[in-house]
Amino acid sequence: MIEIQNVRKSFGSLEVLKGIDLTVNKGEVVTVIGGSGSGKSTLLTCINGLEPIDSGRIVVDGTEVHAKSTDLNKLRAKVGIVFQQWNAFPHLTVLENVMLAPRKVLGLSKEKAEEIAVKQLTHVGLGEKLGVYPTRMSGGQQQRMAIARALAMSPEYMLFDEVTSALDPQLVGEVLDTLRMLASEGMTMICVTHEMKFAREVSDRVAFFHKGVMAEIAPPEALFGAPKDPELQKFLAATH
Amino acid sequence: MFNTALTLADLGFLLQGALMTLAVTAVSVTAGTVLGIIFGVVRNQVGPYRAAPLTFVLDIFRSVPLLIQLVLANAFQAIAKLGWAPFTTSCVVLSLYTAAYCTEIVRGGISSVPPTTRRAARSLGMTWWQDMRYIVAPLATRVSLPSWIGLTLGVMKDSALVLWLGLIELLRASQVLVTRLQEPLLILLICGAIYFLISFPIARLGGYLEKRWSND
Repeated sequence: MIEIQNVRKSFGSLEVLKGIDLTVNKGEVVTVIGGSGSGKSTLLTCINGLEPIDSGRIVVDGTEVHAKSTDLNKLRAKVGIVFQQWNAFPHLTVLENVMLAPRKVLGLSKEKAEEIAVKQLTHVGLGEKLGVYPTRMSGGQQQRMAIARALAMSPEYMLFDEVTSALDPQLVGEVLDTLRMLASEGMTMICVTHEMKFAREVSDRVAFFHKGVMAEIAPPEALFGAPKDPELQKFLAATH
Repeated sequence: MFNTALTLADLGFLLQGALMTLAVTAVSVTAGTVLGIIFGVVRNQVGPYRAAPLTFVLDIFRSVPLLIQLVLANAFQAIAKLGWAPFTTSCVVLSLYTAAYCTEIVRGGISSVPPTTRRAARSLGMTWWQDMRYIVAPLATRVSLPSWIGLTLGVMKDSALVLWLGLIELLRASQVLVTRLQEPLLILLICGAIYFLISFPIARLGGYLEKRWSND
């Protein structure tokens, strides 16, 4: 369970998170929508401990993320994150990209790490690309590799930060299909996305962020069907 | 024109000089590179303000002509009664000189690794050290290699200046022969050829590594 309690965060004088409260249960898929600069991406990097917070708490399975005593590297093995930019390690092959963290962070043997990596890469449809360097692949393939790389750590939670925003339109589908597959397998996910159709399909709940505040959160039928917040109504009108 | 007073013993003397050049270069480039990597990482890690004293010292080594550094260092070690041999003094000065340039090369290499790539490594649970070792080091090395090869070749040739401390390296050995035999063209030609023979493998090694790392 991820518990986010009254989290505030500023970059300089700009407050990007103004007291966010959100609890995500095991097996739940929560998508976060909202305009740019609404703080939704920042929230994900805070959950993973990549960004410090100013006040409030984020607790993952009883571990307070921003407590001094927390071993962030251990936590990050449990909470995977995939970014808008896939950030492949260009000097490693696809297989090596996925094997690296299981070997070095989890301390698995080469054989075991390779077994996991091959399984995850096959899972996202890259079983034929094991020995290829990432720069030789399309953005969609690289993004799926990044997803496999995060999954190879056997995370219990996955955070997706606008993973299709930097892709050519014709490549968006293959990545969204991968996310749908994970959702149907019961992975606990928080997805920041601009893909409304996708959000409507996979989400248990959809959260709308506006100017650092979670203005509305509801199951997709309610949020898209009968939005209450006036800003959300405007946002949906503009994106449809 | 092919009548020359140059004997095999003279050639041996030149080769001995070449060995001295190689020795000074090998020690200085090795020590300078190790120091340069340490300083480069430190500069990158602590930020420009806290690294300012280090940057200032390294700037001195980059700005003052090597010859002056050698002569001053030799004088200082005598005043301080360190009792360093000319070889030691030469290596210390050349190492710091190499380190000063290498620091900039390393710093540039590290900055060339996109922060987002490093963030991805950290987000997988890798420690700072693992990120440096498995992501930053290989990527930075690829970027820095051509400059580092250039630096190594430069230091090899600049090492001729240690003749001012009395070391008989390749250039000094040639001078001795020129003075004695009065055949400057032939001797300098041989001297130049030896410098080339030392440089060529280093340059080719660089080319080979670049090709190997190009992911093709």
